Amino acid sequence: MIIRGDEPEQIRLIKKLYKPGNYFMQGNEAVAYGALFAGCRFYAGYPITPSSEIAETMARELPKLGGYYLQMEDEIGSIAAMVGASWTGFKVMTATAGPGFSLMQENLGYAVMTETPLVLVDVQRSGPSTGQATKGAQGDFFQARWGTHGDHPIVALSPTSGQDAFWETIRAFNIAEKLRTPVVVLFDGVLAHTREQIRIPPIEEVEIAYRKLPQNDEEAKLPFGDPHGDGVPPMPLFGHGYFTHVTGSTHKENGLRDVYTPEVHDRLVRRIHRKIEGNRHVYEKYEEHFTDDAEILVVSWGVTARPALGAVLKAREGGIKAGLFVPKTVHPFPAERMRQLGKKVRAVLVAEMNLGQMIIEVERYLNDDVLLKGVNKIGGVPLTVEEILREIRGVA
Amino acid sequence: MAKEIYSRYPLIKYLRKEALPTALCPGCGGGTVLNAFANAVDQLKIDPKDLVVVSGIGCSAWIASPYFLADTLHTTHGRAIAFATGVKVGLPDKKVVVISGDGDLASIGGNHLLHAARRNIDITVILVNNFIYGMTGGQVAPTTPFGAKTTTSPYRNIEHPLQISETIAAAGASYVARWTTAHVYQLIESIKKAIQVKGFSLVEVISQCPVQFGRRNRMKEPAEMLRWYLKNSVPISKAKNMSPEELEGKFVIGEFVNRERPEFVTELNKLIDEVQEHFGLKGE
Ligand SMILES: Cc1ncc(C[n+]2csc(CCOP(=O)(O)OP(=O)(O)O)c2C)c(N)n1
Ligand code: SF4
Repeated sequence: MIIRGDEPEQIRLIKKLYKPGNYFMQGNEAVAYGALFAGCRFYAGYPITPSSEIAETMARELPKLGGYYLQMEDEIGSIAAMVGASWTGFKVMTATAGPGFSLMQENLGYAVMTETPLVLVDVQRSGPSTGQATKGAQGDFFQARWGTHGDHPIVALSPTSGQDAFWETIRAFNIAEKLRTPVVVLFDGVLAHTREQIRIPPIEEVEIAYRKLPQNDEEAKLPFGDPHGDGVPPMPLFGHGYFTHVTGSTHKENGLRDVYTPEVHDRLVRRIHRKIEGNRHVYEKYEEHFTDDAEILVVSWGVTARPALGAVLKAREGGIKAGLFVPKTVHPFPAERMRQLGKKVRAVLVAEMNLGQMIIEVERYLNDDVLLKGVNKIGGVPLTVEEILREIRGVA
Repeated sequence: MAKEIYSRYPLIKYLRKEALPTALCPGCGGGTVLNAFANAVDQLKIDPKDLVVVSGIGCSAWIASPYFLADTLHTTHGRAIAFATGVKVGLPDKKVVVISGDGDLASIGGNHLLHAARRNIDITVILVNNFIYGMTGGQVAPTTPFGAKTTTSPYRNIEHPLQISETIAAAGASYVARWTTAHVYQLIESIKKAIQVKGFSLVEVISQCPVQFGRRNRMKEPAEMLRWYLKNSVPISKAKNMSPEELEGKFVIGEFVNRERPEFVTELNKLIDEVQEHFGLKGE
């Protein structure tokens, strides 16, 4: 069994095609190159602003690497094709935006339930509905978490720049592979279309992870078992004679459906949760600036983390002890660290391009004596340093 | 007792024994379709290791998944063909077969069906058309005959049924055939051809659902439904000379198309080859 993308031939092609160095490119292109470096060799998608350049870059580059670009008839078909391809051993990705993300939700749940590794990039745009189709936003925080139905865990990352998007896309693939789970990348329309200097590293600098494959027939017979106690079952790929049965219905360890026994459902769904919760070290990531002595903490994510850092720096210049906390993995939320920081500060400001989403998550980890306030802006224009600074001053 | 019958059945080797007996109602046409498919696989001497079966949601989706002993992917309602598309790109040398219902493949999944035919991807679709939504309790389907009764058309169906085979033939499939469960030998031959054709193939099987359709339309015995099929089946050669009025309520059976057209995954791989050649990326 082989996971495509790891053969020496692939490394040779990457080296030949992508010379390390600094390039001037869009955030969307950085996502695409991150995927290519991570070993993605199958992309199925449906165009939607502001994500389309990811598809366009993949359509241009994948064939060079012997990989496959498929433009499907819609987003539902796109994620479906990805799941099919993932079971044959491909590392797979799609990119979309709000409306397309909504269409993908049912099969995102399918991927959670069948433990299929895949990467779904949601380039958030201003909604609801078709909203401001070409503008960026951060309104899908909860769609990523709760968009599909039922009890399910999800891992979602959020890059803060084009350069970060390159590395976070790679990290998304590694998490998807290590935990045999779909991973959402919450990007946004602002960074997606911002051109900046992005360093493409030599491939040797890139950690590349692969899913666990069964070591013997016994393991292959239990595609949804837990032989190693980490909640992550080895994945018997299709086409190798294991006669694997995969279903989104509640199934036993051998894959066969059992929707009547409460214990079977309980065991399966709890294990899928435990697999994510119990492996925080695989995906938990956050950034901190000046949090050691901060009295006012700004919490921000994605595109807004950049003006937030500017505001914190300016506040410091003005003698205000401000600090910044940026969850990079936004789901599951870095709860423990948030709780610790919450105990040390007097006020918390949550800056985001929506009417208040991550703030709901942050609030869960704060005591009542902490002043909590949202710094919010919608309309497709990012928050500025001054706007965030004004709020910091307001609580200083 | 039942066990003994199963163990004597020579094609049992193709079935996932731990999943038996099937959940299909007694007299359901699904059994005939499973039998025909197993026969086709057996006659073609296909190693089940070279087979991936994909299905959606519905009674008909269960026919081969989980019962057929191969890699089986039981997907979401309507999406089987899209999942199968990914599988086929990953495993171009395997036979990828989709078996599912008319509601699943032609209603909610109609778009995928149409586009897979247009792309001419080498997938075989066995579409079980029982004129109704069996699994959810007998609601009206896009194939329900005009005037028929269902739980959601309790007075009579006022919509016109979709002619699936005609539509998919027009969409560009390489092979399209329609039979009923009363035409088992022809059905097996068509499934064999469909599996062998390089390109998108559809075998539509008109199949009895005595429980949800027959019961509400004065045919509660499976045999009555089979007689209905036999009485109203018209070979395609004859149908060509019949007027739409004469064909009303008839089942046109036979091969609709059997042709060669460039196949999607082959073209995709050719394109990759050309691109790699063009950029001088072929192995040194
Ligand atoms: C998105 C979604 N909508 C609706 C359903 C409910 N549902 C399950 S099976 C089915 C109809 C199946 O009809 P058909 O494909 O004709 O199969 P049959 O049971 O008649 O063989 C429906 C509507 C579902 N599972 N998912
Ligand atoms: S409800 Fe109809 S289609 Fe479903 S198993 Fe019973 S007879 Fe077959």
